[in-house]
Amino acid sequence: MRGLAPFWSDLFEKFGLMLLGLAVFAAVIGIILFLADRAPKKGRDFWQLLAFVAPALALLAVGLIYPAVRTTLLAFYDRTGNEFVGLDNFVWMFTQPDILQTLGNTLVWVALVPTLSTIIGLAYAIFIDKSYGEKILKSLVFMPMAISFVGAGIIWRFMYEFREVGFAEQIGLLNQLIVMFGGQPQQFLVNSPFNTLFLIVVMVWIQTGFAMVLLSAAIKGVPVEIIEAARLDGANAWQQFRNVTLPGIRGTLVVVVTTISIATLKVFDIVRSMTGGNFDTSVVANEMYTQAFNRNEFGYGSALAVILFLMVLPIVVYNVRVMRKQKEIR
Amino acid sequence: MTDVTDKAEAKLDRPLGQKNDPRAAKLSRASKAKQKLTSPGATVAAVIIAVIWTIPTFGLLVSSFRTPEEIRTNGWWNMFVSPSFTLENYSDVLTTQGASSANLGSYFVNSLIISVPAALFPIILATMAAYAFAWIKFKGSGAIFVLIFALQIVPLQMALIPLLQIFSSVLGISGTFPAVWIAHTIFGLPLTIFLMHNFISEIPGEVIEAARVDGANHTQIFFRIIIPLSLPALASIGIFQFLWVWNDLLVALVFSGGTADVAPLTQRLAELVGNFGRNQERLPAAAFISLVIPLIVFFSLQRYFVRGLLAGSTKG
Repeated sequence: MRGLAPFWSDLFEKFGLMLLGLAVFAAVIGIILFLADRAPKKGRDFWQLLAFVAPALALLAVGLIYPAVRTTLLAFYDRTGNEFVGLDNFVWMFTQPDILQTLGNTLVWVALVPTLSTIIGLAYAIFIDKSYGEKILKSLVFMPMAISFVGAGIIWRFMYEFREVGFAEQIGLLNQLIVMFGGQPQQFLVNSPFNTLFLIVVMVWIQTGFAMVLLSAAIKGVPVEIIEAARLDGANAWQQFRNVTLPGIRGTLVVVVTTISIATLKVFDIVRSMTGGNFDTSVVANEMYTQAFNRNEFGYGSALAVILFLMVLPIVVYNVRVMRKQKEIR
Repeated sequence: MTDVTDKAEAKLDRPLGQKNDPRAAKLSRASKAKQKLTSPGATVAAVIIAVIWTIPTFGLLVSSFRTPEEIRTNGWWNMFVSPSFTLENYSDVLTTQGASSANLGSYFVNSLIISVPAALFPIILATMAAYAFAWIKFKGSGAIFVLIFALQIVPLQMALIPLLQIFSSVLGISGTFPAVWIAHTIFGLPLTIFLMHNFISEIPGEVIEAARVDGANHTQIFFRIIIPLSLPALASIGIFQFLWVWNDLLVALVFSGGTADVAPLTQRLAELVGNFGRNQERLPAAAFISLVIPLIVFFSLQRYFVRGLLAGSTKG
């Protein structure tokens, strides 16, 4: 317990800084709105409008629009950002075995995570619909959503932990189970290519709760009369699901799958904290960070960010189109 | 006036982004009569899934109360054979000072210092912008709003490098709290503006019209009507942004400079787990310290959390 005094003074200093930050923010916003309030009668509407939208728009322009444009440009320059190199960074990307592996891994992630999370989440939502203790059962599966990816990474590091046979007892539950049934313990996170699958399990573990909560809400929105009618017509549980529930929740399904797909494409923390991208497990978001911030290869990093953007784009476009169509139907 | 406000509040007391549905009342009554799609087999399957989903977290929680020696040498399930309990790991990771110690006390404070302003700033700015887009008529309003919505497509990764350059060479604040606050504020704005707009645009027009007739200008309307009526939405979206910031690693890694002065818990955890072998006995307790705030928020405010989630996904 020694040396706690610096901790406390540090604490006060930091909280002071936070309060100062909040005060400055409140003062700036206050002054802007006060001036707008007192603006001359002529053109008052314009000044008030400006006061309301300008802070947000200015931040977005400086912090998102300009950087996105600049990153796109940097993707065509060398590591210093001074020399134009055309498509060299992209050629590099598609000729390096490491990076090809990274791109391939990302595709495996985006194929498996949305599919598995949605199927498990949907099945679970149907299984527990109106069952005893539905709320608690929901909370249990939903809980990982509140946990950070890094925290989830640690939780699963312990699940996957490996000990040499005969050297020590297993401390990871999975290897303990394997040993109990007479198998050989596995180095889940080291042995390629299956290690990527074991990282994917973590993401599925997190995203299933999200899928489940949304789909559960959608299932409860399917009109009872139709289900009742189908039942009276002699449809069994599977037919009811296939022909009534499923069409009824289609819109939500699209939202769930696309949202999880986008989150999956950007996944960074899980890979970073579990394998650091080693053992052939890297994904685009992680590789981008490694290239740009660990190796100072800003050209390569920017090119990878552009690829990420191009992968996200079609999903969002599809999402928007589906939403538009549904609005027309309504 | 108050009468109108009451009516507006009653109308708004429902999940964000959902239209008023006259069928809702009938549905809930009817759904009680609805036959269950499920069978005992399905219930068993559900319980199995629930157990599988809970065990990893539960195991880590149990581990965190075992002695370092036990954590290193055998699995947490042995706790049930030979029960033991210690808070040693928690006091070690929280209060022990020194270069090689986990030093999580400082990082915990950093996480708080980062998350509170980084949740408040974007929410306030977004509410202002959303009000303007919803209730002030101006040229190009629709186009700008769509552009902001579209900005959600831009992956964070695309903005990191140039924004860091601005922070370090133009503003000179790289590696400080304000840098992290501003970064989170910017990255949070597109979604928060969109969600707040969904909500604010559904405030009944009569309320705002009545205030205008009484001579209120936009600033007054904003403080006297919009803010009080938006409190449920502000809570939902605020909680979301708070958790997002608290759990974030990428933005923290890039903008905090990575030292105990500024960096949040997630960053320190990522470092500790990078040397898994050496930090094994510390990690369960360390992880739980980082989980405690999100879990409290989650279990006590789950209603708002789910509401925010539904608003974000079932775009009206």
